[in-house]
Amino acid sequence: MPMTERVRLLRQQSLDTRETLSAERAELLTAFYRQQTGLRSTQVQRAEAFAYLLEHKTVCINPGELIVGEKGPAPKAAPTFPELCCHSLEDLDILNAREKTAFEVSPETRQVYAGDIIPYWRGKSMRELLFQEMTPEWVAAYKAGIFTEFMEQRAPGHTVMDDKIYHEGLLDFQARIDVQLAALDYFNDSEAYARQEQLKAMRIAAGALIRFAERHAVEALRLAAVEANPQRKAELLHIAEVCTHVPAHAPRDFWEALQMYWFVHLGVTMELNTWDAFCPGRLDQHLQPFYERGIAEATLTREGAEELLQCFWVKFNNQPAPPKVGVTAAESGTYTDFAQINIGGVRPDGSDGVNEVSYLLLDVVEEMRLLQPSTSLQVSKKNPDRFIKRAARILRTGFGQPSLFNADLIAQELVRMGKSVTDARCGGSSGCVEVGAFGKENYNLTGYFNLPKVLELTLNNGMDPRTGAQLGLATGDPRSFQTMEALLDAFARQVRYFVDIKVRGNAVIERLYARYMPCPFLSLLIDDCITTGKDYHDGGARYNTTYIQGVGLGTMADALTALQYHVFDKRTLSTGELLAALAQNFEGEERLRQRLLQRTPKYGNDDDYADGLMTRVFEIYYDAIEGRPNTKGGRYQINLLPTTCHIYFGSVTGATPDGRLATTPLSEGISPVQGMDRHGPTAAVRSAAKMDHVRTGGTLLNQKFTPQVLAGEEGLDRLVQLVRGYFNLDGHHIQFNVVDAATLRAAQRNPEQYRNLIVRVAGYSDYFCDLSEALQEEIIARTAHEGL
Amino acid sequence: MLTGTIFNIKRYALHDGPGIRTTVFLKGCPLECWWCHNPESQAPETELLVRANRCTRCGACVEICPQDAIYLEATTSMTDRTRCERCGRCVEICFSGARDLAGREISLVELLREIERDTPFYDTSGGGVTFSGGEPLLQAEFLAAALRACREWEIHTVVDTCGYAPWEAFEGLRRDVQLFLYDLKLLDDDRHVRYTGVSNALILRNLRILSERGARIIVRVPLIPGVNDDVESLQQLGAFMASLPQRHPVELLRYHDIAGAKYAALGREYLLAGVPVPAPEALEAVCRTLEACGIEVRLPQ
Repeated sequence: MPMTERVRLLRQQSLDTRETLSAERAELLTAFYRQQTGLRSTQVQRAEAFAYLLEHKTVCINPGELIVGEKGPAPKAAPTFPELCCHSLEDLDILNAREKTAFEVSPETRQVYAGDIIPYWRGKSMRELLFQEMTPEWVAAYKAGIFTEFMEQRAPGHTVMDDKIYHEGLLDFQARIDVQLAALDYFNDSEAYARQEQLKAMRIAAGALIRFAERHAVEALRLAAVEANPQRKAELLHIAEVCTHVPAHAPRDFWEALQMYWFVHLGVTMELNTWDAFCPGRLDQHLQPFYERGIAEATLTREGAEELLQCFWVKFNNQPAPPKVGVTAAESGTYTDFAQINIGGVRPDGSDGVNEVSYLLLDVVEEMRLLQPSTSLQVSKKNPDRFIKRAARILRTGFGQPSLFNADLIAQELVRMGKSVTDARCGGSSGCVEVGAFGKENYNLTGYFNLPKVLELTLNNGMDPRTGAQLGLATGDPRSFQTMEALLDAFARQVRYFVDIKVRGNAVIERLYARYMPCPFLSLLIDDCITTGKDYHDGGARYNTTYIQGVGLGTMADALTALQYHVFDKRTLSTGELLAALAQNFEGEERLRQRLLQRTPKYGNDDDYADGLMTRVFEIYYDAIEGRPNTKGGRYQINLLPTTCHIYFGSVTGATPDGRLATTPLSEGISPVQGMDRHGPTAAVRSAAKMDHVRTGGTLLNQKFTPQVLAGEEGLDRLVQLVRGYFNLDGHHIQFNVVDAATLRAAQRNPEQYRNLIVRVAGYSDYFCDLSEALQEEIIARTAHEGL
Repeated sequence: MLTGTIFNIKRYALHDGPGIRTTVFLKGCPLECWWCHNPESQAPETELLVRANRCTRCGACVEICPQDAIYLEATTSMTDRTRCERCGRCVEICFSGARDLAGREISLVELLREIERDTPFYDTSGGGVTFSGGEPLLQAEFLAAALRACREWEIHTVVDTCGYAPWEAFEGLRRDVQLFLYDLKLLDDDRHVRYTGVSNALILRNLRILSERGARIIVRVPLIPGVNDDVESLQQLGAFMASLPQRHPVELLRYHDIAGAKYAALGREYLLAGVPVPAPEALEAVCRTLEACGIEVRLPQ
């Protein structure tokens, strides 16, 4: 269905509105904390702060919209979270002026920060506390770019809604809380008081959101009273009715279901700036009953449902990711906040999950072509080819959505980590590619890990050549290594050493959040926080997984392959010669560099020689992390994804033995080094499938195609078959860029004409023109597969 | 040990038969078509390719050539092909990719391992292997053995042939070929000789016998402007096809001129230089002419 005039306007408004930084939340929060005098538990205080925010923040109902509520006072006005990261005036100036992903900071906002917010929060924010608590080794490794820290500016998030809010209203949640409160065992449970405070906090938080919705109902009535257009007047009156019913009660129809989710979404993302923006998860399955009932009772049409969904889409696009600075901006340099709506897959009973709403959602994706929300296809062997082909038709237009996930493998990954089969089937992928049991798991990404940098340290006996500092272990002069095994062993020890530093830091950071930053509203939503009376940050969730995300697998594979091939097998190059060339960034050694680039087996070509070393690196990384306990009763797992961190990590890493020059990007995800996969997409995906994806919590593979390859019905069929083939080999995720280099070059020259050109980056899509120049070049350099 | 000479293996080949395929290009061809877009496929022996536009004039090839056959000119390295013994030393040292050897020997086992790799995708797409060239039947014994093995492994087989081979060669392998892509250029034999170097009598006879024996065949016609795209040539072709024991579909292959650079890289002249690529509408007319003869026509993607 073509967009209605209403949707066209809302969409255009969303596209045209510039991102601004709003001080409203910071001001309200500061006012709240300033008036705190008496003693109360942190949980209750956080809940009261949340209630204060929702009671006082600006209520915004935009002209024409059907789904209401903004995180800030207006579309794209991003709130800040000074309790976590209090931006300095310098930060604000950078945010305002930087070329990419800027946020306009008005003089008034700057003034409020200078006069009120900074003076109050300086020395009190989580970010400052966190850095103070880290060991010197941690700080040194962080500064050197060996790993990043997700929690330094944003709160742990990475969870997704399941279906419970479509069956229960928040009043029902409160009733469940009351049952738990009444059942607390003060005689035998030393934690009873702590549980009581947590439950009270959750109860307050639930009431706060109901009140927030009521304020929207009041505003809608006010607008209706002055509305001249009778149709709009009726809509506003209906909005008032919807906002009175949800989220207090379970939704009764399709419209209320969407509004229910949206209020919950706002609650989660206003309470804390959780990583990955929260997400409705398996939206097609959640909406199906409402859709079918509406159609059957003739209270809903397909067109009406589509328009509501389009309005819902605009709401996501109106919320840029929280303003990030420093390393966090470098590792995740995008406005996208990674809500990833899952479509397809299987139902909780294991049957085919594709339904009419699945196709409806794909229509909406194609029609809206917005940055947010992102969408993914959960491809099960039980889903029909027609479903994948429908998505491939959207992919062919060059829009990097939806991404493709192996639903059957994801369930297997989750079960391997200890979830029940049903919880696993209700899960899926979120953020970039990471997996979790929706509504029941706290699965935290804690930071990226720079594998090639650790190789660089290994090749320098633990010293960082960039600074001369001895950061790592002294694992020996690599010139003395007689075998590849000796080198791999040294590398494995270094990896383990830095993982230990990271895990130790995480153990502290997890406790900081549990103690100082409880999130009673989010805890309401995630099982089993109510039954255990524990916060989401404190192990209240049924499952608690900690991830550390490995970056640069392709670069690692090729670097080790070059060493194995030239130094240890062919013996045409000595380690000393290679190290000397690396130290000079190959200056005066172009022939050697070309030999490494052009005459060396490369990962991504279905060549076991190079792919075998890729799997060695995978196993080393896996062994260093897998199964280690976290502080929430859960365990560590690995995943392999970069967002934009491969650019940042590349910038701090010297030349590598694969011929890569210093400071240039690393490979992204598990993709081959850019331009090095030269035997077509089947060879590339076969290489990628040689690691055991089952033992990860997500891997990311990007492939680029020229549009001609996907031409015609046959081109689409082949793409579907390629995906099926990769998933039969237990690949986790694959995504395609379908755009030719000439178009991307043109966009670099004339960004104004290509403002809406969206490309796949790594686990998410972004406006090409918003990407850093290094990232633009990196995407252009990826191999474009052509048909014969 | 059986070995063959190939010049390329292409995976994810989408236009050489059904599904996702691996196409094996065998080297050597009895024809020398003017428009051949793989001129390096024609000679049975290894050949040196030099792409002048990629040459950086680094001089590494000049230093290493044992025959002193290479020298530098203003913009590129030059090779005296009368002295070159195609040892490949200059190719190994050439990192800009300007120098390449077309053709390498491959054992049957090595080839089968390569073919087998994409089985997961043959399975999902109904694809398989395509033997193309050059003319694959020029290496009939090797080809027959490869086809036999592929059939034993349940891999779908296609042979792309120009048809110019003794019937015995076809007879020896036709049962292991699930689909022939049979190239047909011209019915007029004088013109066939002129443009391809050989008579078409053997080609037409083999096609008729294959059709008679029940082979599955798609006839592929490269449409070359001014050579075989006139109404008369097409009607002759249509009439011949209508006279075959089976009705075989025709797949039209569009002429393109990107092969020119390859001729230069081989130090050869491209005889069709300057011939314009026909407009897409021209194909429609060709279709109608052939369809009027009762032939099913498939257009290129």
